Amino acid sequence: MNIKVCVGSSCHLKGSYDVIQALKDILKKYDVEDLVELQASFCLGHCAQGVNMKTDDISENMMKKANISTEDGFLLLHNVTKDNAEELFVREIYPLIEI
Amino acid sequence: MNSQRIFDTDVQFVKYKVLKEIIRRAYEGGLEEAYMEVPKLLSPGPKAETRCCIYKERAILQDRIQMAMGGDKSNPNVIEVIDSACDECPIDGIYVTPACRGCMVHSCKEVCPKDAITIVNHRATVDKDKCIECGKCTQACPYSAIILQHRPCMVSCKVKAISIDENKKAKIDNEKCISCGACVYKCPFGAISDKSLILDIIDILKKSENNTKYKVYAVIAPAIVSQCRFGRVTQVVTAIKKLGFHHVVEAALGADITLYREAQEWNEKKLMTTSCCPSFVSFVEKNFPELKQYISSSVSPMVETARLIKKSDPTAKVVFIGPCTSKKLEYRLEKTGGAIDSVMSFEELQAFVDARGIDTTQMEDSELNNASYYGRIFAKSGGIAKGIADVAKEMGVEGVKPIAMNGIAECKAALTKLKFNKATENFFEGMACDGGCLNGPVCITHSPRNVVDVDKYGNEAQEKTIFNSVRLMESL
Repeated sequence: MNIKVCVGSSCHLKGSYDVIQALKDILKKYDVEDLVELQASFCLGHCAQGVNMKTDDISENMMKKANISTEDGFLLLHNVTKDNAEELFVREIYPLIEI
Repeated sequence: MNSQRIFDTDVQFVKYKVLKEIIRRAYEGGLEEAYMEVPKLLSPGPKAETRCCIYKERAILQDRIQMAMGGDKSNPNVIEVIDSACDECPIDGIYVTPACRGCMVHSCKEVCPKDAITIVNHRATVDKDKCIECGKCTQACPYSAIILQHRPCMVSCKVKAISIDENKKAKIDNEKCISCGACVYKCPFGAISDKSLILDIIDILKKSENNTKYKVYAVIAPAIVSQCRFGRVTQVVTAIKKLGFHHVVEAALGADITLYREAQEWNEKKLMTTSCCPSFVSFVEKNFPELKQYISSSVSPMVETARLIKKSDPTAKVVFIGPCTSKKLEYRLEKTGGAIDSVMSFEELQAFVDARGIDTTQMEDSELNNASYYGRIFAKSGGIAKGIADVAKEMGVEGVKPIAMNGIAECKAALTKLKFNKATENFFEGMACDGGCLNGPVCITHSPRNVVDVDKYGNEAQEKTIFNSVRLMESL
């Protein structure tokens, strides 16, 4: 899986780098470093609700298994901070990772 | 808004009017008829305003349209002479004006070191074969009746690439030209111009289908802050997005990384020149080939920024918006690896925004806050020299002695010293334009205020060091 963290001007101001750093530690903590690729991205839109974070497309099968449904086929999380990153990760993303 | 007021000269204003009309037609239709219709629209007559007659004016406008649509594709240079617009300025050198009174002291004759002046029929006459154009007679004449005339294009060209052909038209020697664009701004008749890539850019934007097929990013040069006479730079960012760009990124972000790489590279080489000004690089290659080895191998901030964008979004298209003519050449060079897809000048940006009916002063502000103080002051002469000294210190690199070479004349002097091992510095910042990029030839204004604006923009950066930008590069 691939996770993109927005580093556009607006998210940058709200602490993208801290989020990226926090996520690196979290991926290590949950032993998914090799399964999840962390990337920065210039502007994912939704500048008012940054820091934004987006996954790549997720298979329907996987969504069903994790009991999560999105219309877009991917997850877009808003208002991510270094403090809530772990909570959001565990709740929204971790179940979608195929181990 | 009175657009004429925002440009320094009427030459820029005419170029702008042509560009604006071409851009409007590219969106609203009528591009095929441009050659027929636009000249009449911009020179309606019945009286000619700048030339002998409206027909000449219209013929020149047709040639300007060609430049706006890409110019002569067979000529690899981005700077071209518009033959019809070249006024065949006098190239007499020393010229005795009718103010000469044929006086008794004839100081001109006395002061001339080559005996080139004689008094014929109560008037000073210059023997062109003897005259060396030293100008002593112009100063000696008590009536200021003798003047030294040179073609403004030739004076502006510090690499002597401009000559006069058999028809008295200016001619550019591509072997010598470094595409700095000094002549573009200095020719009083607007007879030398940079070619526009604006139609290619519109094509890139249109084919993206509103950033759904691929995303189009604008990379803006830091000098842009000195160009926002109407509205704030943060409003200009919104206006650029309104043109159809997905996102706007500061080239200053790449400049931070360039600075980091240059400090590292200097630590290995201990003697180095910068490489961010493509005209300077071209100047070294053409005039000091023995110093080529010292040019930094790091890519320019423009390319560095585009690489960051394309790493995060591989199908992205990137357009650079800047004050520079030679960036239009640099983006095509092999060493940039196709990082940049096209280049737009500040003049062209103004025409684009106005042609699309966007009023910058009414835009909301967009955030613009990725780069550091150092990345932003890259736009002025001395900016890199200042940056490298501070950054090297922070990185624990010692012994950097920078010099800022401001304009080609200073570059020539300092590089000559280097060539003969007489230089005391070991880091050479080279910028072809006097004052740096903020005085680039295709800037809208060239006011002394520009440097104040760039300094202010630098000081407003929330990042005081380059290391956040470096972290960003590493996380991509």
